[in-house]
Amino acid sequence: MFRSVEISVGIFVGIGLAALFMLAMQASNLSSFTNKGAYQVSARFDNIGGLTVKSAVKAGGVKIGQVSNIDYDSETFEAIVVMNIEDKFSRFPRDTIASIFTSGLLGEQYIALEPGGDIKLLGNESEIRFTQSAMVLEQLIGQFLFSKSENNE
Amino acid sequence: MTQALIQIRNLHFSRGQNKIFDGIDMDIHVGRITAIMGPSGTGKTTLLKLIGGQLRPDDGEIIVDGLNVHQLSRSELYKLRKKMGMLFQSGALLTDLNVFENIAYPLREHTNLSESMIRSMVLIKLQAVGLSTAHGLMPAQLSGGMARRVALARALALDPMMIMYDEPFTGQDPISLGVLVKLICETNKALKLTSIVVSHDVEETLSIADDVKIISQGKVVAQGTKKEMENSDSAWVRQFLDGQADGPVPFHYPGDSIEQQLLQDVR
Amino acid sequence: MKGIIHILARLGRGSIFLTKILSGIPQLFLRFSLVVQQLYSVGVKTLFITMVAGLFVGMVLALQLYYTLSTFGATDTLGMLVDLSLVRELGPVVAALLFAGRAGSALTAEIGLMKATEQLSGLEMMAVDPVDRIIAPRFLAGFISMPLLAGIFSAVGILGAYSVGVDLLGVDSGAFWSQIQAKVDFYDDVFNGIIKSIVFGFIVSWIAVFEGYDCIPTSEGVSSATTRTVVNSSLAVLGMDFVLTAIMYQ
Repeated sequence: MFRSVEISVGIFVGIGLAALFMLAMQASNLSSFTNKGAYQVSARFDNIGGLTVKSAVKAGGVKIGQVSNIDYDSETFEAIVVMNIEDKFSRFPRDTIASIFTSGLLGEQYIALEPGGDIKLLGNESEIRFTQSAMVLEQLIGQFLFSKSENNE
Repeated sequence: MTQALIQIRNLHFSRGQNKIFDGIDMDIHVGRITAIMGPSGTGKTTLLKLIGGQLRPDDGEIIVDGLNVHQLSRSELYKLRKKMGMLFQSGALLTDLNVFENIAYPLREHTNLSESMIRSMVLIKLQAVGLSTAHGLMPAQLSGGMARRVALARALALDPMMIMYDEPFTGQDPISLGVLVKLICETNKALKLTSIVVSHDVEETLSIADDVKIISQGKVVAQGTKKEMENSDSAWVRQFLDGQADGPVPFHYPGDSIEQQLLQDVR
Repeated sequence: MKGIIHILARLGRGSIFLTKILSGIPQLFLRFSLVVQQLYSVGVKTLFITMVAGLFVGMVLALQLYYTLSTFGATDTLGMLVDLSLVRELGPVVAALLFAGRAGSALTAEIGLMKATEQLSGLEMMAVDPVDRIIAPRFLAGFISMPLLAGIFSAVGILGAYSVGVDLLGVDSGAFWSQIQAKVDFYDDVFNGIIKSIVFGFIVSWIAVFEGYDCIPTSEGVSSATTRTVVNSSLAVLGMDFVLTAIMYQ
């Protein structure tokens, strides 16, 4: 009698743990880019806009990593963004350009890496030198109005 | 007379506004069967719960085996309870365990006996109540009388010094009534127990009791040995033992008289 | 005024009772078979209703969201939206409500009947503390079962949404999963959902065993205590859900 109770409780706990495991691995981002040992590069931006930790890092539109840390350098007045990139995508040339884009008109912001032509590769924990800051909508509108009024004069 | 196992002194207890005990003094003597009788609703079961330490009195003390029950720490109280058996009206068997496991339960909880020892002890206790073949049944399959006998076997499992019976005779057919009377009487003699029987079944109770106490309206109204009680001419004793409808315990529930109530309705 | 005092007194009794239960839990690890037995009657018996309910909730969510999303051409995000709503809210909350209705009421009725038939008093007179042997294993089993049931509810719900969304309505299977993995965060969403269900399990189990233990030991008393368990624990779960959501996702 007690044996069957034990077995059914075992099945219950087993299904429960499997469900939690599925939620963790399959139905969330836990499986992707969590290992700290991944290939890590940093970049400096004048303005990162709405970029946050865990924002995507993409190359050619494919997600290859995520932002792991954002800091502000009070000497150079620049934002420092550290990204974790999966090991298998670790072969980026040294003159790669990192830009902050917005996915869609109102979507979230991500870093896009555009590889250059240099033969030498970016090492682990090196810094990307060529960057392009986020487009801030208010600045764009301001510039647009400014140029309009200049044209009108 | 032998020494008192239980001494109750000046016991007061009330439930809400209801005064149940209003200064009770009572001695219960070693090795004897004491019957506590009284009309329904006088708190006879409450008295057992007070002795067992399940309820706290408002005032007064209960001393069992030299220990004041309501000043004991939890572990001391539990130690004392192992020496007290109690037989509940419904049997109070654990419904999800079979008869064998029910009797084994206190042994498993309080002793480190081996499985074979437990098995033989349980079967001996069941044999004593005449149910050794019923050990595989579930409580739901037992009749009321059998459930009480199993509960008696369970109460005896830890070899207590005393057993309290709460209304053991209510709702039994004549045969199981006879069995229970015999069992209470024989276990008390064979195991040198002290028994307290709470009941209002006069005939059966008097047939086995050594001492009788009658409680009514929060007080002990009469007490003595069986002989003394049978020959007593106290109005209380006579009304209760002879089952008279009217007497010191009035036939009418106290309150306004019928004339006053009729008048009230008209108004 | 009398009603308020009555409620406060019950709350006080419930809290004192809770401390007694909690102090009885450590010794349960020596008698874990008691808990296993209760995991069966609390968890296993609630498993079926939880899985069926989860499946249907997931399927309905997929249908509803699909028609709304298709007007924006955003049906690829279907899986993500279903996953988020299940993992954050519906999984823990609906599973807890089902648990209160199925297991909570059964716990209250069982303990209440044990009280009414003097089994609890009987244990006390056998020098066995009924809180340690009867109440604590049931409480712990409820506490353990709840997060597992909520997880099962969400997982089955996602599979239900997958079957409707991908197999029936033609959402792309890869988009379904990749959107989920891109947008559902483990700590913010899944982990917070699990914490919610742990809190709900605690509350429902507590209310259920307390109502049973505190009931008036008659058949009317047991039945009204059972009703109170379902009503009170459902309200407590929904109220607590608001508080937790406010704390977790400020």
